[in-house]
Amino acid sequence: MTKPLVAIRSVSKSFGEFQALRSVSLDVWPGEVMCLIGASGSGKTTLLRCINQLAAIDSGGIWLDGELLGVREQNGRLYRLSEREIGRQRLKTGMVFQRFNLFPHKTALENVTEGPLQVQGRKSDEVRAEALELLRRVGLSAKADWYPAQLSGGQQQRVAIARALAMKPMLMLFDEPTSALDPELVGEVLAVMKELARSGMTMLVVTHELGFAREVADRVVYMDQGAIVEQGRASDVLGAPREERTKAFLSAVI
Amino acid sequence: MKPVPALAEGFPDLSGMRIAREPHWFRWLSAALIVLVLAAIVRAFAGGQIEWSYVSRFLTAKVILEGIVNTMVMAVLAMALGIVLGVVVAVMRLSPNPVLKTVAAGYTWLFRGTPLILQLLLWFNLALVFPTIGIPGLWSARAVDVMTPFLAALLGLGINQGAYTSEVMRAGMLSVDIGQYEAAQAIGMGRLRALRRIILPQAMRVVIPPLGNEFIGMVKATSLASVIQYPELLHNAENIYYANSRVIELLIVAGLWYLLVVSILTPLQMLLERRFARGTLRLAR
Repeated sequence: MTKPLVAIRSVSKSFGEFQALRSVSLDVWPGEVMCLIGASGSGKTTLLRCINQLAAIDSGGIWLDGELLGVREQNGRLYRLSEREIGRQRLKTGMVFQRFNLFPHKTALENVTEGPLQVQGRKSDEVRAEALELLRRVGLSAKADWYPAQLSGGQQQRVAIARALAMKPMLMLFDEPTSALDPELVGEVLAVMKELARSGMTMLVVTHELGFAREVADRVVYMDQGAIVEQGRASDVLGAPREERTKAFLSAVI
Repeated sequence: MKPVPALAEGFPDLSGMRIAREPHWFRWLSAALIVLVLAAIVRAFAGGQIEWSYVSRFLTAKVILEGIVNTMVMAVLAMALGIVLGVVVAVMRLSPNPVLKTVAAGYTWLFRGTPLILQLLLWFNLALVFPTIGIPGLWSARAVDVMTPFLAALLGLGINQGAYTSEVMRAGMLSVDIGQYEAAQAIGMGRLRALRRIILPQAMRVVIPPLGNEFIGMVKATSLASVIQYPELLHNAENIYYANSRVIELLIVAGLWYLLVVSILTPLQMLLERRFARGTLRLAR
């Protein structure tokens, strides 16, 4: 019996008065491609950030690869993990940001090698070879020595995907990876993500690209006001939604 | 569907014509006026009670040259101390730990809140408070022997500079996008490594112009150490005019040296700025 790669149980999170997540529970299975859709403020990005521990949850628990994230349980109490341990847990996930967040003072290649060299402390010739292979995989072999400012948005996002993959994560998190892109550049990023999905990577994608969700996602989750409203196969949720709120959202988006 | 009309008549072709130069009468006039005023000032000084031969004689005198060397040594060392302290204090100030935060804020408050010359005098006269200093049981010495003019000037100038530099560094770190911290965290970096590898190199680009400013200020602030007998440029110039009474001549000598040093520092700063501008659009293309 396989276990879920990510198990989210009764997770709540507030920012001051605003409740971003309301007791969310969800499993992500190994090899699964899951798309989170919903209006802005529905909590989908917060959920992603909680899995990567860029935001700390208020209550509930998230298990990644069987390991409880951010805290450890002892004698019925929870203790926060040290920064070092949280850093180690983060290595299991790769994060791709809406605004790329490439390091502007480093070339494309240096962006990709930074984590393996500095954090994992691996050997430089081996890391370099792998990084060049990753850049080839995202179609940017020719741009290895270019700085982010010299690249288009789509190219920057593909470097960011390569940077995340360089840490050899078990799970890739995408936070609206195409929302900051000019329309003509969206396709090249989605193509890289499709290739990644086909290679068997487990992916959790917050997106407004319903076409991508329909084509690639194994499962689509619709969130509203910090809670999961509806989930299921992409064709079901997007093609024949059961909930009124899902129907309203989809008709507003399309 | 309406047909697309051809270009309308009545708009002449201007493609071969140039825009005429403006005469700028007022600029010429004001420039001439300024030159006149400057000439009058130069003439006044040339005819004043200044023995210019003393200026040229003492410009390269051994004591003056030693003074400028001591000035630069002190400026560089005190600035280095100031930058180290400034980075540490800025990092403390931005840390989530309230103890570190308060200590950092207190340091800045204390050393920005009192005059530099007062701090120099306090360091130099530390022996009045603590006649002997040291580690109990291991080592001790008389404070007057330890607190030389050099050490007092270095501590006074450097620690004071740290308070100002910490604010410059803090501004630089705040100027780096929060997404850079998150991206660094997402590839598993801890806070300090992210600061060192990702945040500080980007902050440097922003802080170099104000740091250059601070360093120029430091070169001149070393002259305050003359009150605690540190043999820097102004102190040595003063010693000469106490002996020969050529006050203005020696002050001009010192002034020319300060001007020269500052003139050399400005292009050096531009070189540094270029070094840290790596990856910015302007220079990368």
